[in-house]
Parts: sequence; C-alpha cells; structure tokens
Amino acid sequence: MPIITYRQALNDTLGEELARDPNVLLMGEEIGKFEGSYKITEGLLAEFGPKRVVDTPIAEEGFVGLATGAAMLGLRPVVEIMTINFILVAIDQVVNHASKIHYMFGGQVRVPLVIRTPSGGIGQLAATHSQSFENWFAYCPGLKVVAPSTPYDAKGLLRAAIRDDDPVIFIESLPLYDTKGEVPENDDYVLPIGKADVKREGTDVTVVAYSRMTVVAMQVAQQLEKEGISVEVVDLRSLRPLDRPTIVESVKKTGRAVIIEEDWRSYGIGAEIAATIQEEAFDYLDAPVLRVAGLEVPLPYAQEMSRAAKPSAQDLVDAIHKVMRGSR
Amino acid sequence: MAKRDQDGASAVAKNGARSFAKEDQEQLRHYYYQMVLLRRFEERTSEMYTKAKIGGYCHLNIGEEATIVGLMAALKPEDYIYTNYREHGYIIARGTDPGPVMAELFGRETGVSGGRGGSMHLFDGSRNFMGGYAIVGGQVPLAVGAAYALKYQGKPGVVLCQLGDATTNIGAWYESLNLAKLWQLPVLFFIVNNGFGMGTSVAEGSSEPDLYKKGASFRIHGERVDGTDPLAVRDAVARLRERAEKEHEPAILDVVSFRFRGHSVIDPDRYRDPEWVKANRATHDPIPHFANALLEQKIVDEDWIKEVADRVEREVQAAIDFADQSPPPKMEDMYRYMYATEVPNTLSAAEQELFETRLKGGR
Repeated sequence: MPIITYRQALNDTLGEELARDPNVLLMGEEIGKFEGSYKITEGLLAEFGPKRVVDTPIAEEGFVGLATGAAMLGLRPVVEIMTINFILVAIDQVVNHASKIHYMFGGQVRVPLVIRTPSGGIGQLAATHSQSFENWFAYCPGLKVVAPSTPYDAKGLLRAAIRDDDPVIFIESLPLYDTKGEVPENDDYVLPIGKADVKREGTDVTVVAYSRMTVVAMQVAQQLEKEGISVEVVDLRSLRPLDRPTIVESVKKTGRAVIIEEDWRSYGIGAEIAATIQEEAFDYLDAPVLRVAGLEVPLPYAQEMSRAAKPSAQDLVDAIHKVMRGSR
Repeated sequence: MAKRDQDGASAVAKNGARSFAKEDQEQLRHYYYQMVLLRRFEERTSEMYTKAKIGGYCHLNIGEEATIVGLMAALKPEDYIYTNYREHGYIIARGTDPGPVMAELFGRETGVSGGRGGSMHLFDGSRNFMGGYAIVGGQVPLAVGAAYALKYQGKPGVVLCQLGDATTNIGAWYESLNLAKLWQLPVLFFIVNNGFGMGTSVAEGSSEPDLYKKGASFRIHGERVDGTDPLAVRDAVARLRERAEKEHEPAILDVVSFRFRGHSVIDPDRYRDPEWVKANRATHDPIPHFANALLEQKIVDEDWIKEVADRVEREVQAAIDFADQSPPPKMEDMYRYMYATEVPNTLSAAEQELFETRLKGGR
C-alpha cells in the first residue's frame, strides 16, 4: 500500500471529489493561486479552474455565510479557514445559521457544507494563532465535527464529510500535515462520522485522544509496552457525534482512563469524556480518570514558555503511571 | 452623530398622484386585497399574542404592506427570497397560505416550519422562500451565497435579500456587498427602511443616513423608493431585478416606510413622541391611500372595498382556526430534523434517559 503524507491524502481527496461531483467547489483565502497557506490545495486551481477552486477575499463571515447559502441551493462547498483562530469572525454563520437551518425550518432544506481548518499550534505562533476551538463547535447540535489523526483517516473522513448533507467541521493539524501513513489506492472507502477507532488494543489503561494527540498517545503506548503496561488507544475521529459506546466499552475492559488533549483543560473535550466515563462506567474504574492538557494561558511566544504550556508525551506517561499506581 | 447633508434630510417621498391607465385593473385590485390581508393578519396576530397563543418575539409588518406587496408583484417564481425576522407578510404575499403561517406562530406541526421555527423563522421551500433570519445581518451572506449558486449552476432568477435599515450598520452587510459585486452576483438588497432599528433612528445609527448610498464604495448602484406606494416599489424592483438577472449586477433599493408600532408586539414605543407617530401613521398608511386612488379612478367602489374587508376577515379567521385546531409537533419527533444524513451515536445514555422521561410525560 502506498505511503503518503496527511497533506497528500487531503489534496488527493479534494481533487477526487471535485472530479466526482460538479457541485463540489473549494473556497477560501489563498487556496488557488497561492495554492493554500499549507499547500493542501496545491495544483487544484490548475486542474479544475477558478470556478471550482475559488480564492476569496479576507472576509470569513462573508464567505462562510455565502458558502452556507450556496449549500442551501444544492452546491457542496468545501471551505478552507486558514487556521481555526480565524473562524471566530465567522462563528455567527456557523453556529446561528449553518447548524440550525435544517432543523429550524422543519427539514425543508439541507446544508451540505464542509469547513476544513487546522487547529492547535506549531512553533512559536503565540497567543492568537495556536488555539483549539473544536470543542466550541462540538458543543453545538446540528454540526458534525471530525478530527482525523492519520492520512488514512483524513481521506476517509474527508470523503464522508463532503458527501454528508449536514455541515461538517473538519479539524486538521499543522504538525500532522507532514506525517505519513498507508493509504490504499483505487479504493473509494468512506469512514463513518460518529464512530471512534481503537487504534491500538490494550488491557491496562485506555488513552482517549484525537487528531495530533493520537499520534502522541500511540508513541507513548509503544514506549510503555516495554515497561509491561498495555495501553489501549481510542482515537475519537469524531467529536460530534461522540462515540461514547466505544470509549465506555474500552474503559470497562481496562478499568483506567487518561484523556489527552492539546489545549486548555477547563470545559474541554476531555471534560466531556471524563463525565461520560463517570456516568457510564463508574463501577468499572480502578483509578480516577485523568486529563492531560495544556496550561491555561494565552500561549506565550518565548520558546521555553510556549513549549511548557503545551502537553507533552512525558505528561501522558506520568498520568498513565499515576493511574497504574496502587493497582499493580 | 455624523453631520447630515441636504439629501439626507428628506424622509419619505410623497405619494405621487399616479395614473392607473396603463395598469391591469385586476392586478390593482389584487394588490389592494393583499395589503388588507397582510394588515388584518398582523392585527389578529397581535391579538393572538396578547391571548398567549403566540410566544417568543413577534414583529409585525403593519405599515409596510405596500412595500411587501409591491416587492412580491415584481419577483418571479424562480427567484429566491431571504428575509429578516419581520417576515409574516412576505411569506403570505409570496403565496403561502395564511393558515400554515399562523400555525407556525402558534407552534403547531402544520406550521410552515413544522412548529420548529416560530414567528422569526418562517420557511417555504416550495416557493423559494428561504427563511426568516433572526440574527441581524445573518441572512445577508446567505442570500449572496444563494445568488452565487444560481450563477454557478447557470440558472435563471435572482435572489432578493430583505433587510432592515439598521442592518446596514453591521459587518456582514459590508462583506456581502463586496462579495456580491466582486463576483457579479444576481442579488438585490432590499432595505425596508421604516426609520428605526428598535429605538434607534436611522440617523442615530448610520453615518450615512441615505442608505441607498451605502453601496457606493463597492460600486453597487443604489436608489430610494417610496415604500408606501406598491406600484413604485414594484416598478423599481422589476427594473433592478431584470438588470441583476441579465447583467449580474447587484443593487440596493432603499424602501422607505414608517413603522406604525413599537419594534415588536411587546414594545410600548415609549421612545417616540405619540403625536408624531400618530401624524406619521396618517400620512404613511398605504392602505387608505391606495383605496382612495382606486376609488377616485373608479376601479373599485365602496361596496367592493367592504367585500374585501369581509373576505379578509373570514380568511384570517380561518387561518386562526386552522392554527388552533392543529396539533403541536409530536414529542417523539424531537430529533426528527437534527441531521439530514443519519449518523450513529447522536445521543448519550444520559440524554436518552432524559428524553424517555419526557416521552412518558415527565417534566
């Protein structure tokens, strides 16, 4: 099976979907001539032309709303928001409009819209360019939110998102773009939205993660195997709907759970998962559920502080040791 | 407040003495009937609100009947319409039966949005009435997107984006104007300028009180029309609509009328001088004005005017009866329109438990 990057998987999928359905079009800032800030749309303007690959002015509220309205009339826009930080100026269109139009109007109209955007941080992008807001959208009924961690998942979930008739927020990650993985050729597989994936089976502790933190969790799981700790990694893939049964089933098996997320702890995805485990698997727990997350500050620029504010693989190792303590 | 120029001082153009010679008389009678229907529908809506048949926020079109009827007379079936939350009259004048509209206000399953939307979120997909939107400015990018889809798919028609005067102060409007002109989209921005955004007058909220000029820096043509004259509105819309469809030229129409009452049915309107409001109602009421013109030119007689009133009375009562006799949405349909594409795991165990309690009548 060919090994390609996460970026390539996205680029291939966008091209294939443009070729498959004439109502699919891409929109966003700098996605055409500039070929995307992170080159996800490289070559697509040349191949499909300006009708299908549309460079927008810097007007997120305007073009996200425009894409939503176009979706109401049957187009299937795939919007790129350069980073998730910039979606805040479009949030009215996403939360008050795209997410509600199907339900609020009694099912008379659909909004087949995808918004792709990288979340989280890399390097020293500092306070306004390093945030994770996927939980804001996962909070909102009517939206679907997915966050693939591998090239294989990126392809299968992007296909699912584009072919889905509801608005889907598709969460990417800058550090993941260059990661590699196996992706089958000539295989039109689609991954289900609303289903988690057990990326690694284990018996001692469940680590719940998504997007880039799944990669961290997989590395840690491999490392701890040498110590004799068997880690099961549940990759959420989908944040709304959240596949609670898979999480709960795993925790019932292992009796311990650690959740790792890239950003602020309070009111985060981890809080939702911890609450779910407490509600549905309390009697199976051998240790308190722990959350690994970042420091709750506007991310400082200075390299030392910036690094310290983000969760590390070692934090996850420490948390796993903590939940294992006393029961072994 | 920004300094106003001479041009901005004129409020509403005077209703000109218009000759009906070239008009289809049946059409004129229909416009009058529609205006009376909208007026009476809103009066009874207000009454139903005070009887607690209608909840939430409720905004009336009283005083705007000529604006609405003139607009709808110019639009074609293939056109799409996006409005704000003051939209009861728009959906009725577009052709939707008043019964399902009143049923929506009552929150019934037979309502135009299945009882899920209410007064501010009316929708009729079968007539391309693409919704009332209750976040100020929210409908504007959506409408531009609909126009984008029409152009993309090479379909005929235009998109009519209705908005209030105060919406011309929000960012979404400016981003939308830029996109509409940048991409040459078939969209008309129809400003219902009733003089007030809640309690704030146009001049108190907009540095450019001549709202039709607000597209100037986007190279979008704008003009002002007397919103109390249905034929003036119709003709202006028809002309700009044609241009939008054929040449993909967006335009702004500043349609001036007078808001007869408070912002919503629960607004006592304390911020406006009652004498001034009274005087303006008298000079800006489109219905008696149009009736007089029809009578003077012998297109109708007094008996006909009375017949219309009786007919409308019966029709609005029938709408109320329909709403009253309609059932509320079924509780088991709570999640029915949640997603268009079904996906697993949409309900947590805790939510499932709560929902089952509700289904059993638990509160």
